[in-house]
Amino acid sequence: MKHHDIVIVGGGPAGLAAAVAARKAGISDILILERDNVLGGILNQCIHNGFGLHTFKEELTGPEYAARYIAQMEEEKIPYRLNTIVVDITRNREVTYINREEGLVTIRAGAVILAMGCRERPRGALNTPGYRPAGIYSAGTAQRLMNIEGYLVGKEAVILGSGDIGLIMARRMTLEGAKVKVVAEIMPYSGGLKRNIVQCLDDYGIPLKLSHTVVDIHGKERLTGVTIAEVDANKNPIPGTEEYYSCDTLLLSVGLIPENELSKGAGISLNRVTSGPNVNDRLETEAEGIYACGNVLHVHDLVDFVSQEAALAGENAAEFVKRKASQAEADAAADGEKRKNAATAGERAAEDGERKKTVTASDTEEDAQPTHADRRGHANVIPLIAADGVRYTVPQFLETDGMRDSVTVRFRVADVYRDRYISVYYDDQLISRKKKKVLAPGEMEQVVLTKKSLAEYPRTERITIRTEVE
Amino acid sequence: MEVRELICINCPMGCPLTVTMDGDRLTVTGNTCPRGEDYAKKEVLSPTRIVTSSVRVNGGTIARVSVKTKTDIPKGKIFDVMKEIRAARVDAPVTMGDVVIADCAGTGVEVIATKSVARA
Repeated sequence: MKHHDIVIVGGGPAGLAAAVAARKAGISDILILERDNVLGGILNQCIHNGFGLHTFKEELTGPEYAARYIAQMEEEKIPYRLNTIVVDITRNREVTYINREEGLVTIRAGAVILAMGCRERPRGALNTPGYRPAGIYSAGTAQRLMNIEGYLVGKEAVILGSGDIGLIMARRMTLEGAKVKVVAEIMPYSGGLKRNIVQCLDDYGIPLKLSHTVVDIHGKERLTGVTIAEVDANKNPIPGTEEYYSCDTLLLSVGLIPENELSKGAGISLNRVTSGPNVNDRLETEAEGIYACGNVLHVHDLVDFVSQEAALAGENAAEFVKRKASQAEADAAADGEKRKNAATAGERAAEDGERKKTVTASDTEEDAQPTHADRRGHANVIPLIAADGVRYTVPQFLETDGMRDSVTVRFRVADVYRDRYISVYYDDQLISRKKKKVLAPGEMEQVVLTKKSLAEYPRTERITIRTEVE
Repeated sequence: MEVRELICINCPMGCPLTVTMDGDRLTVTGNTCPRGEDYAKKEVLSPTRIVTSSVRVNGGTIARVSVKTKTDIPKGKIFDVMKEIRAARVDAPVTMGDVVIADCAGTGVEVIATKSVARA
């Protein structure tokens, strides 16, 4: 079986940044497996600008942002395979993929980085009544059709959901001459970034109806219209508020789901809130040597943070591979030493028996690698708790023995909050608080934990991140 | 005295800005950094946008090449710019940064390719 030091599943923004960082950290044997026929992932169809403000201090379009990383990949001569789909990953890091040239191949990886991204929640997940006429697309599908394949998906559109892709597509369709009649959002707030609401809806006078949803879909062959109604606090449509909108297109921008079928197959436990793997501060999943980053870990708003997170995963995977290599070297040296001594003493037969035993023992140890759950009881593992308006944290655990000087914890809040603090507690001890004028579920937040501050509280059993009213 | 409410778009903070226009005097409140003030003033006096779209490619590996105005253009010119972008055609190969339209809709701004498209 072929071996690669690091195998990266996915050649989108996360996979690219992870690869570049791992190479810079000194790993030469890296392989990226990408199912599309180009690198760059979803950035290729995100032709709008606004990418890279944090990473490159300038505003780039999606393809330009991807090109920066692809250029670094080429400079570093990092190998990749296109049109290649990974079908299985095992806990002991065997990766099976298929492509036309090689057929079905299984390789062994020193470390695996999961960078598969996410997919759109489909209509079927919404239970919206009505026929299944042509003209209903997920927003990202429509984006691909327009920006890469060159089709105008419709002339009169209604958009359900105010996620960023829906907002971007509202502007895109308007610019191409279509009429976007309304964006309906079931929640009382938008799930998209504010800049997108300003520049995609307000600029073009497209109304955003909060607490509204599509309750009926009309048309049999082709969509002819939708009925939109206001919803109450429990998201149930309020009778009498129904409004009919004629349209030939309905775009759905109703959420993204991390694509974790492979992770599940490897027996990696997923977080119920993020739908991504639970990870420690090194972004390592429960399976030793398998790391996760980008939208497969949790859905991001900004690609810049995906790149940062992925670079961290790449560096940590590189460290892991190097640590394993030096361990193996030390083991081999010890083994050689032992054999020499044994031969001199003329105890070859006895030594052979002993060696066999050693091999079996270390194999068992490998199989029983401790998971986060096992490690949770250990003194050096501190769970991060999301509380009081914080929905989740990534990472979910901190392992203090290998902790870096600072760890960025990213999270989302559960609702729109005004004038609240984001507070960090070590057990019951308040460590830091930062006042925020506005917090919204659509905008990821972060706090930084430092090794120095944690060292002052060596007995910390859990770290809680919560929002607090004054 | 005129008051306008804006949302700053310079960063994900999205500060809620209030611009008070008292004759020629503009006062901005609600911003948490100098960029907010600059944005608010510009947005009230002469708003601009970068326009991104795509242009049909003849003989390329994909049907369209993504493009953008090289710098921001007056907001009021967006649809004039789009009209020229929609009418434009390029032949593959296209290299990222290639000029697709030299002076778009009299703005003096180039429209450039934001990706490369190889010949099919």
